[in-house]
Amino acid sequence: MKLYINEINQTGKIAVDDTILIKGVPTTAGSRMLESFKPLFSAEAVEKLEKAGYAVSGKTNVGEFGLDLLGETSYFGAVEKDGTLVGAAAELVKEEKVQAALCVDLNGSPRRAAAVSGVDFIKPTYGTVSRYGVVACACSGEQIGVTAKTAEGIKEILSVISGHDDKDGTSLPEEKYDYSTEKDVSKMKVCLAKELYESASDEVKAKLDSYVQSLKELGAVVETVSLEIASAAQSAWQILLSAETCNNLSRFDGVKYGYRTADYKNIDELYVKSRTESMGFLTKATIIYGSDVLSKGRYDVCYDKALRVRSLVCSKLKEIFASYDVILAPACSKTAYKPYDALEAFEKVFEESLYTAIASISGKPSLVTKGIQLIADSFKESDLLSVAHSVEKKEA
Amino acid sequence: MKYELVIGLETHVELSTDSKLFCSCGGHSSPKEPNDCVCPACSGMPGMLPVTNKHAVELAVKAGFMLNCKINQYTTFDKKSYYYPDLPCAYQITQWFHPVCVDGLVDIGDRKIGIKQIHIEEDAGKLVHDEATNTSFVDFNRTSVPLIEIVSRPDFRSSDEVIAYLKKLKSSLQFAGISECEEGAMRCDVNISVRPEGSTELGVRSEIKNMSSLSEIRDAIEFEKVRHVDALERHTEILVQETRRWDDVKRRTFPMRNKETAADYRYFPDPNLMPIIIDDEWLEKIRASMPETAEEKSKHYEEMGIASKEANVLASDRKLCDVFDRVVSMGRNPKTVASWILTECMGIMKRLEILSLEIKPEKLSRIIELVEGGEITRAAGKKVLSAVFEKDVDVDKFCEENSFNAKVDEGFILETVCRIIAENPKAVEDYKGGKTKAMQALFGSIMRELKGNGDPAVIRTLLQEQLDK
Repeated sequence: MKLYINEINQTGKIAVDDTILIKGVPTTAGSRMLESFKPLFSAEAVEKLEKAGYAVSGKTNVGEFGLDLLGETSYFGAVEKDGTLVGAAAELVKEEKVQAALCVDLNGSPRRAAAVSGVDFIKPTYGTVSRYGVVACACSGEQIGVTAKTAEGIKEILSVISGHDDKDGTSLPEEKYDYSTEKDVSKMKVCLAKELYESASDEVKAKLDSYVQSLKELGAVVETVSLEIASAAQSAWQILLSAETCNNLSRFDGVKYGYRTADYKNIDELYVKSRTESMGFLTKATIIYGSDVLSKGRYDVCYDKALRVRSLVCSKLKEIFASYDVILAPACSKTAYKPYDALEAFEKVFEESLYTAIASISGKPSLVTKGIQLIADSFKESDLLSVAHSVEKKEA
Repeated sequence: MKYELVIGLETHVELSTDSKLFCSCGGHSSPKEPNDCVCPACSGMPGMLPVTNKHAVELAVKAGFMLNCKINQYTTFDKKSYYYPDLPCAYQITQWFHPVCVDGLVDIGDRKIGIKQIHIEEDAGKLVHDEATNTSFVDFNRTSVPLIEIVSRPDFRSSDEVIAYLKKLKSSLQFAGISECEEGAMRCDVNISVRPEGSTELGVRSEIKNMSSLSEIRDAIEFEKVRHVDALERHTEILVQETRRWDDVKRRTFPMRNKETAADYRYFPDPNLMPIIIDDEWLEKIRASMPETAEEKSKHYEEMGIASKEANVLASDRKLCDVFDRVVSMGRNPKTVASWILTECMGIMKRLEILSLEIKPEKLSRIIELVEGGEITRAAGKKVLSAVFEKDVDVDKFCEENSFNAKVDEGFILETVCRIIAENPKAVEDYKGGKTKAMQALFGSIMRELKGNGDPAVIRTLLQEQLDK
């Protein structure tokens, strides 16, 4: 079981996904392509942590480019526990080997990992944490988030890594974000996403039911509301994510750095063989899918349409957040996942993205706690953290 | 049947920014070691993010003003994907959906050429092939250097018009400080077709890629014209829409490999770069910073008393203008300065094969001051100027070392004339025998003896008098 791809400092308190760069430390992004790649600079989030006095423990194992379910597509092997898949960062946090972990959420992987391991993870509002230094796939929605045992633990680290960065053109202008405001949960209105609830397994339903119960006991109003647009968000995000991933991963061509095939006759063969030999099935499937949705004649009916669905999702969420503070939904359909055949990866991940895509495509903050997911409007991380903290305190 | 040419141009011009389009590496190209001017961003390292160079956007807007375009106040950057080793990310950031400028017009004298759009994009790197070891190297110095692509409408009807347009573009862009337009920094794709005169339909089009010299462009157009007309008239070949390249050695165009041209570029908006909103305030600020155009400059020179033809030549080259303006500002007479630049400087530049005027205005001003003030002769002035071009000498010191002094007295000149006559009895005899050429030889010797000092007219009169005695 390989939790770390590279361990740096055994006394370090923060683990960092291997899709996040640290100067001079090999960064593989879970791919054979980058097996020997040493970055020349550190991610802004890592710089901020180090400046604040936090030491990094090491680089955690991730699924190839972070695209998968729970890290199982890593070139360095899946992480399993009692015959089920778990995320390396979430496990390190759960076992208290580290205080927290930075994880890149591009298609829900760290959210699912937190849910199955029973720890907390936040994907903050898009643009509040610099993406500078993340091995990029889906630039329009991916975000560095924080895994920790509790909401309080998340709050501490998120305050350190968020804030404006000149090096990221999508970074929002706010210099610092304050998450310290405690929101009164008894005054909150929570909406339970109807279709997402119904499609989840009984075990997940039970977790949601119990969470609803806790919220009600804390005085919050909980209502079941239809969130049908989630499935449109799922398809649209698949299109945007694949297109952007296809484009971003095209720089890994075997010319400048990374894996290069041993034997080639010309440049085309160098490209094809280097990429074929160094990338896994899910990555290849995503590239092919992404290439298709951008191609001539397909752009208008796929990519452009997906962009319009994104606007639609945002307006639907605006409507919901006009009446509710928080959306309550599953983070994934099951409470545990068995290893599966690699050729099923594309479908598996797509199915599970039903629950995570809505926050990814809209850039809204999402927090996983007690195996369920809370989504709030942009910049309302405090609402999410207050809810999670109140329930955690109550059940402690 | 008579045929007419239909030509449209795509012209790539490097912008004069201090840094690259999306990172802080030095932008404007100057000779450097390969990969000297490269950072993680412009070499396509994972984790890097582009941040737009505001100055590049401003220069592109300026170009739009110069070419009478409509400025799109909502403009976006988009990605164009293709694999090539000189393109480190395997995509180029360009403007596909909302280019910064559209619908312009360029006046080339008796005709007007429409501009479809101007868009900003990043340049690619360079491949260096070593035949000896059968190895290719990549140089990323040029990657991400900002360019604008100026896309004309198919409004040209002759190679003359194309050349006039390119010269006009070059001087306009230089004037506004948008681009230095140095050798090779202005590259053209020429779209060309031929149709029967009077027809409104377009013929089969060929695109000749990536040419930078005006003479090549002219030759390529003329070659294509003949090829197309031959194909239509004499059925020498069946024309197909294709991309071709000009071979300057073989003096003809060749089709490029189909593979290089049949790509699907899969354009999509770059999610890392937010749309740019050019609000009215910013737009007006850019407009206010526009310098005089070449036409305005030329008119301004004519008002200073310079002949229209000379004013045009001066105004067509920013280096000439710069030197002219500076020397005039130092108190020299504009007409005199124009004559020194256009006759003396350009004469020397031609002789020394110098392409652009690089002279310290202070030095030219001093030479003109000395000549006009009668301190040295014009001939001596030319010698100093030549030495300034060749060795960047100090004007006053050079005059002193060479004893240039126009104010030699007539007695000394007469003495020299008599001495030279006495020393050259053969020449004197020849002259008296009717060979007038002999007098020129004597005159030359006297001038050499006087080191170019003394008024030539006075010397000639004295020599004539002495010979005729």
